[in-house]
Amino acid sequence: MTEQKIRVLVGKPGLDGHDRGAKVVAAALRDAGMEVVYTGLHQTPEGIVETALQEDVDVIALSILSGAHMTLLPRVLELMQEAEMNDVLLTGGGIISKDDMQALAEMGVGQLFGPGTATGEIVEYIENWVNDRGAKVGTTS
Amino acid sequence: MAGLLERFVRGDRRALARALTWIEDQQPGFEQLLHATHAGLGRAFRVGVTGPPGAGKSTLTEKFVLLCRRRDQKVAVLAVDPSSPFTGGALLGDRIRMQDLTLDDGVFIRSMASRGRLGGLATTSLEAADLLEAFGFDVVVHETVGVGQTERDIVSAADTTVVVLVPESGDAVQTMKAGLMEIADVFVVNKADRPGAENLERALTATLGLKPRADREWNPPIVRTVAVEGEGIEELAAAIDAHRTHCHKSGVLIAKQRARSAERVRDLVARRVDAHVWQESGGEKMLERALDRIRDGDATPYSVADEIVAAIGFDSGLVLPGKEQREGA
Repeated sequence: MTEQKIRVLVGKPGLDGHDRGAKVVAAALRDAGMEVVYTGLHQTPEGIVETALQEDVDVIALSILSGAHMTLLPRVLELMQEAEMNDVLLTGGGIISKDDMQALAEMGVGQLFGPGTATGEIVEYIENWVNDRGAKVGTTS
Repeated sequence: MAGLLERFVRGDRRALARALTWIEDQQPGFEQLLHATHAGLGRAFRVGVTGPPGAGKSTLTEKFVLLCRRRDQKVAVLAVDPSSPFTGGALLGDRIRMQDLTLDDGVFIRSMASRGRLGGLATTSLEAADLLEAFGFDVVVHETVGVGQTERDIVSAADTTVVVLVPESGDAVQTMKAGLMEIADVFVVNKADRPGAENLERALTATLGLKPRADREWNPPIVRTVAVEGEGIEELAAAIDAHRTHCHKSGVLIAKQRARSAERVRDLVARRVDAHVWQESGGEKMLERALDRIRDGDATPYSVADEIVAAIGFDSGLVLPGKEQREGA
């Protein structure tokens, strides 16, 4: 009947207070027709994963500028696996080195975006990922 | 659907979340899901929280839910924010003000985009509330989009409607306008530590006093709160409880539930007829072809409507001659 909307959680885990980037991305995803659940600052990995579960999002997009990405992202991933959220993408952005991006990708984190990324690139990445995944399990009879 | 339903019945929160998506997207089979979970509805209490943008609806909702939790009630929140009419996208930000509820497994919050509905709720808010009730929540809170003066979906969705205002909400004349002021079962003057709270309360009281009331009719109380500080929340809960008791005693609750059922059936029939007319009977195609004729002056929207409903055997004969006349001619 009606189309399936792409739902994305945009949030900032940890302690850094720079949310401008997250807001820019949230607005860009909104303008691309997605439903963006914006959680704001200072989220815990536990809170992020529980929110993602309740909101049944397709994508968790996290902004980390504090340098704590090697702690926070693996923890979020671990909690997602515990909750069997295997049809949800974990992506994000911030100040993250190429080496770290590589290491995180090997763990199962999606593409990460650094400073200067065009928002269109992020939109396209998410749209493609959702298209490749197909419909959510249990939402087609 | 069977697998999802089974997990839902077992109390799997992820199955609940997915079922809500199913309903929001109105995917095929969502009506069967609601049908299967409908038994046993009618126990949960439904509270509506509405008011202008920035009045503090989300913050107040958080504090109210925390209080419900202290009373050992399980609470679900449906928080609606507007969808863009241009892109269909939405920014759902109500959870920012409800962070203390995230990790409590007696609470479930779902942000909904309005998806084109204009009355303050989302297109499928009522269905979602049913599903949450069927899951076992004792209280369902509908938080509307920040509303102006005419959005009143909440009246049929909620047993008790709380209208949240702030001292800046306006002068005495604003409180006399039709719409928002008429739907409140409980008024909240939030941010009551700001200047003007007393004036607003006085204006509200005066306005309410102007309205002639039958005996035993509910008189909406005015509660002052400072939601961020948690002040006045006990009083708000007491006012909601009092209204609930009143609704029970006066039979209003039963009447509301009946009206809600009636509205649901009407909606469903309209939806089925819509699908039948526009898709199954080719109404869309007829419309597409008719648009040129309307432009050229060979038809009017009224005559085309007659043609389209005639295709499903419904002879309205409002503009075009009816079938009998045509055959007689």
